[in-house]
Amino acid sequence: MQRPVLVVFPHPDDEAFGVSGSISKFTNQGIPVTYICMTLGEMGRNMGKPTFATRESLPHIRRSELEEACRLAGIKDLRRFGLRDKTVEFEDQEQLADRVLEVIKELDPQLIITFYPGYSVHPDHDACGAAVIRAARKLPEKERPVINCIAFAHNTIEDLGEPDVKRDVSDVIDQKLSVLQAHRSQTEAMVQAMKEQIDAKDPEVMGRFITEKFWTYKW
Amino acid sequence: MKPIQQQDVQRELETFMNQDVYLHLETTNGAYASHFNEKFFSAGAYIRNGLVRFSRGQITGEGPYRIGLKMDLGWIYAEGLTDWELTDNGQLLLAGHDHDGKLAVALELSHEPF
Ligand SMILES: [Zn+2]
Repeated sequence: MQRPVLVVFPHPDDEAFGVSGSISKFTNQGIPVTYICMTLGEMGRNMGKPTFATRESLPHIRRSELEEACRLAGIKDLRRFGLRDKTVEFEDQEQLADRVLEVIKELDPQLIITFYPGYSVHPDHDACGAAVIRAARKLPEKERPVINCIAFAHNTIEDLGEPDVKRDVSDVIDQKLSVLQAHRSQTEAMVQAMKEQIDAKDPEVMGRFITEKFWTYKW
Repeated sequence: MKPIQQQDVQRELETFMNQDVYLHLETTNGAYASHFNEKFFSAGAYIRNGLVRFSRGQITGEGPYRIGLKMDLGWIYAEGLTDWELTDNGQLLLAGHDHDGKLAVALELSHEPF
């Protein structure tokens, strides 16, 4: 059995846009993937198009969307941390890092994928990435797993340079699009807007989905 | 009001923890937002003298700041906070003023009703 890959994000659908191709490639090769999803995206503003979710039904809907997305991406181990959307940064950061560290110690992952702290725009994204880095820092440097981060702040390239990991996921693009569409409440409007291009496999739209980019965290 | 000093506000927030306190929380984009810009969808909400109790209060960000107050069964949250003051009767007032200096968000705590 190969060492697993650990994916840590705060919101259901964070994995869909930039990582679900990579995840699909791993699981298709038999590499187990564990996904820590910290919240249920309870505060999301997308309610489906036409609207079908309410503020109260949204977490239930997103939970089943998340489970379906995991099934489609081949993720068999989903760990929901039960935090609330938009509050990750306000929690006790030391305790949160310890929860992540427990999972790292349990799994001994070959790779962790998360957000780059400070370069991921949403405070939950930054706090999530920071918790993972803080957790890994508690291990001796030689024992820390490789951490590949997603970053999309405007100053990313300026500060961090070009991403050092670029993964072509064109061979699993249909799987990736199915994961994206599984998060129906969040992606339906976008998918509708792009449906023609997606159906026609428009090179510009597809280009954005085909290459997944990561920055390896440097200690 | 004066620009937020994160550590000062953090210290004051903690003096309101673990006791019943009165909350004023408000967001507003102004009643004229849609009048001046028809594409703008005006929305806002407020609660005055909500009686709340929180066990954790945290200010984060690099300005504008965010504050989260953790209650037994929920959360109170505000973003876009820029300025603060502590009144003579111990009320902690925080506000977010937009680029024109207009109020966009207010978060206030008091031991007595407002
Ligand atoms: Zn997110």
